Amino acid sequence: MPEEATVTVDQETQDAINIDRSKGDFRFPERNKYDAGRGLTEKTIDYISDVKQDPDWVREFRHRALKTFLDKPMPTNWATEDLNNIDFDIIRYYLSDGERPKRSWDEVPADVLETFERLGIPEQERAFLAGVEAQFDSEAAYSNVKEDLSKQGVIFVNSTEGLKEHEEIFRPWFGKVIPTGDNKFSALNSAVFSGGSFIYIPKGLKLKQPLQAYFRINSENFGQFERTLIIADEGSEVMYMEGCTAPKFETATLHSAVVELVALKGAKIQYVTVQNWSSNVYNLVTKRGLAMEDAEVRWIDCNIGSRLTMKYPGVIMKGERARGEVISIALANDGQHQDTGAKMIHAANNTTSNVVSKSISVGEGRSTYRGQVHIPKHLKGCKNNTECDALLINSNSRTDTYPAISVRGNQHATQHEASVSQVSEEMLFYMQQRGIDEGHAMSLAVNGFINDLVREFPMEYSVELKRLIDLEMEGSVG
Amino acid sequence: MSLSIQDLKASLEDGTEILKGVSLDIPKGEVHAIMGPNGSGKSTLSKVIAGHESYEVTGGNVTLDGEDILDMGIDERSRAGIFLAFQYPAEVPGVSNANFIRAALQARLAEGEEIDAVAYYKDLYDKMDLLEMDRKFTARAVNEGFSGGEKKRNEILQMLMLEPKYCIMDETDSGLDIDALKVVAKGVNAMRSPDRGFLLITHYQRLLDYIKPDHVHVMADGKIVKSGGPELALELEEKGYDFLKELVPA
Repeated sequence: MPEEATVTVDQETQDAINIDRSKGDFRFPERNKYDAGRGLTEKTIDYISDVKQDPDWVREFRHRALKTFLDKPMPTNWATEDLNNIDFDIIRYYLSDGERPKRSWDEVPADVLETFERLGIPEQERAFLAGVEAQFDSEAAYSNVKEDLSKQGVIFVNSTEGLKEHEEIFRPWFGKVIPTGDNKFSALNSAVFSGGSFIYIPKGLKLKQPLQAYFRINSENFGQFERTLIIADEGSEVMYMEGCTAPKFETATLHSAVVELVALKGAKIQYVTVQNWSSNVYNLVTKRGLAMEDAEVRWIDCNIGSRLTMKYPGVIMKGERARGEVISIALANDGQHQDTGAKMIHAANNTTSNVVSKSISVGEGRSTYRGQVHIPKHLKGCKNNTECDALLINSNSRTDTYPAISVRGNQHATQHEASVSQVSEEMLFYMQQRGIDEGHAMSLAVNGFINDLVREFPMEYSVELKRLIDLEMEGSVG
Repeated sequence: MSLSIQDLKASLEDGTEILKGVSLDIPKGEVHAIMGPNGSGKSTLSKVIAGHESYEVTGGNVTLDGEDILDMGIDERSRAGIFLAFQYPAEVPGVSNANFIRAALQARLAEGEEIDAVAYYKDLYDKMDLLEMDRKFTARAVNEGFSGGEKKRNEILQMLMLEPKYCIMDETDSGLDIDALKVVAKGVNAMRSPDRGFLLITHYQRLLDYIKPDHVHVMADGKIVKSGGPELALELEEKGYDFLKELVPA
């Protein structure tokens, strides 16, 4: 008897698998003091630079980036044609109420405060965070770090403030890990960036609590282009977490961030993302870290929302014994495409990288893994481990894996494993025979699949992931 | 009060008839054993009672204490009191045994009711002790990487925890060494009660040395061809299944 390969998803199952996207599905009327208008031209750049009172070097940087963006073709030679559906002419590239980021929630405008309260941010800050930045459309509405940390030299501000007030630390690294021309969307971000975090952790300081940024889109036909730069000085440690939501609009919205991490000698940066954009957001993000001698960069990434996500966090291991890691979970539901992966560039001896990627495709959802591991010939003692596992729930789901491992020389150890599995009819029958209904059986199977990776996320973190955890952890207490 | 099977007929999706009219009554308090050669339909009978969707019931009915169960979903039948100890239990990667059994118990509670974690673990540990199972077992994923013997013990543990009205055990003895068989039998015998019926499906008489049946049935070619007391199992052991040929009309 051939085993039935397809499992149809009924509404109950769908509900059990679905993350609570309704949580972020609300919006307030716009009240923008500054609006760059629709479309992207030299004038848009000047408008943004004027409003932000950019120094000349930044204005020039933006203009050069715009040219690069316009020159570069859409990467549809390897990526999805859906990119061609982005209409750059109807997007508004900068929206803000003209307020500076507040240091106290009491000073944040009522509608913005209510937005973040509904998302649970102030509550989380009180409970377990060392600092928070909350961005509303183009600018941060709130940004604060615990006083004792700022006294010890921790800097946690938005990028605008970073480039002006801390130019001596900001400028040498800005655009160095991810050059403007890295790809079309890094160029776009470089032209119109606004918001995002600038973080500096002084030598030897190990932050016990995480820093968090929350990115919120409130306006339709808007593009959010935050720019984050984190520098962990020698021997320091920091965990940074970001969350994102948007209401569900009728038309597509664009989110295109650039995130650069610099871990100096012996430093450790963990960057945690729980992406829960609504299903009309194009999420096209470039993220890369530089790890110097004995340093470690870890990307812990969960993508459960958006229409299309393209994101391949990378680590350049530039110093000896540097370590890079990407842990990623992607869930592609009906109408979604999660195109994610990892880039590991070994550039020194005895460097180690690890990639563990798990994707779940439900209904018409599509998951793609693209990996790149590069170890050049002249190096010795480099190691890479790559594991990609895909779980398919119903016959229409699609998953593709494109691993590219270029290893030159023979003094390295690399390992690659990939698997595609289904929630089989026999597994469901077994669980149902124990009295568990199909929906719960399915969610148990899904949560079991990602269970080992969910442990990598800070437990307290996000409402969205907590729900995921709850489903499986339902009573894991002992 | 019984699990009653009347003239049950079932086919595969391609139309091949596997059960050709099985009738069997298992009153509470009794242990029935079904023996028979491979391909006689024993395992299919257990799956059809549990509601496996690969089979279509084409005739007859199955009632649980008078209630028709053939219209119920798989999970409903389980909650109504049917338990199937699988010959080849499925693996559920990443889901711990403790969470899995707890989810099964939770499914039996009314909306809003929660399992008491302390009482749950006490109960779980007591029953694991009876089956001589290591405590580490609770954290292991369901059946993943389990030996054959561990899988069978796990089935019995779930049966002990869920306290079903009727236990159907499909070839629980297969792949067990004698020590494991004794442990499994101890678990089953601990559950025997006037409020519970058992259907043991087995190929060999050996299991019945440890779990004494009240009635033994022989199945061949989709039907029960002979019924009797425990002595029938011994006769079968002695003569082999070849003697069935005399019973099945050509």
